[in-house]
Amino acid sequence: MASYPEMPCQELVELLTDYLEGALSQVDRERFEEHLKSCRHCRTYLEQMRQTIRALGRLPEASIPEKAKAELLEAFRNWNKGKGA
Amino acid sequence: MPDTYEVPTPEAGEGREGDRDIVDRLRARDEDAFVALLDRHSPAMLRLASVHLPRASAEEVVQDTWLAVLEGIRRFEGRSSLKTWIFSILVNHTRTRAQREGRTLPFSALVNPPEDAAEPSVDPSRFLGADHPQWPRHWATPPKSWGASPEEWLLTRESQARVQQAIDALPPGQRQVITLCDVEGWEPEEVCRLIGVTRTNQRVLLHRARSKVRRALEQYFEEA
Repeated sequence: MASYPEMPCQELVELLTDYLEGALSQVDRERFEEHLKSCRHCRTYLEQMRQTIRALGRLPEASIPEKAKAELLEAFRNWNKGKGA
Repeated sequence: MPDTYEVPTPEAGEGREGDRDIVDRLRARDEDAFVALLDRHSPAMLRLASVHLPRASAEEVVQDTWLAVLEGIRRFEGRSSLKTWIFSILVNHTRTRAQREGRTLPFSALVNPPEDAAEPSVDPSRFLGADHPQWPRHWATPPKSWGASPEEWLLTRESQARVQQAIDALPPGQRQVITLCDVEGWEPEEVCRLIGVTRTNQRVLLHRARSKVRRALEQYFEEA
């Protein structure tokens, strides 16, 4: 590792999504992980990004109004009339 | 004949086999199949249409999309996945509606981030200067941990409202990508195909969006 420049925190925060998606070059991934080992602030930052992603995945579902759904079901019944497969 | 077979996906009803099954059931007038399809895709459709339209218009676009799906399903040949097909209809309807309402540019013009517009993920003032003798570009104001049980805190209604507000405040390209990738859990390739961005740009947009949502949560945590 000594042959590569250390990754400063400010660079790490920009590369986080590339890191999580496995898109970093091998050199950058090693620099990234090397930095994390010695920097608890960046570990906190990474953890917060992971928590953010989990929170995004747990938002309540958007749903179309029941009335719209009922109308679509009605349309499906009519669509079927007399021209089924 | 294809010389390779697609690996079956574990989730029931996904994949080309699942698509054929659903399409057959729709054509055979299976109401349950239609309701299941509505329930599976409408939430993401509504979120995606809402990026470009006010809620009421977005709801109408979702409804119109389903009507168009019914109209077209007999001609659906399975060249794309059913999901991709449905969502491309949605994108077209959304675009038409947005133009009619004078709201926005076509999708593609919105999703490619201008190269010159660098957006730092974190306010540069939170780092030491590049000329710092010992710790150049290291944290000056580091992030503070979100308490002992952040998972619980993040599931509170208030936190969720903050996340939603932060999403709503994003530029359309970022908002589309974070909605599909992180809120709806789509594979990056599916997102790229639907909205016409490269994998690189998809990651740039996603990263900018996530960074802003994280920042919004951080601000909320610090207020509390």
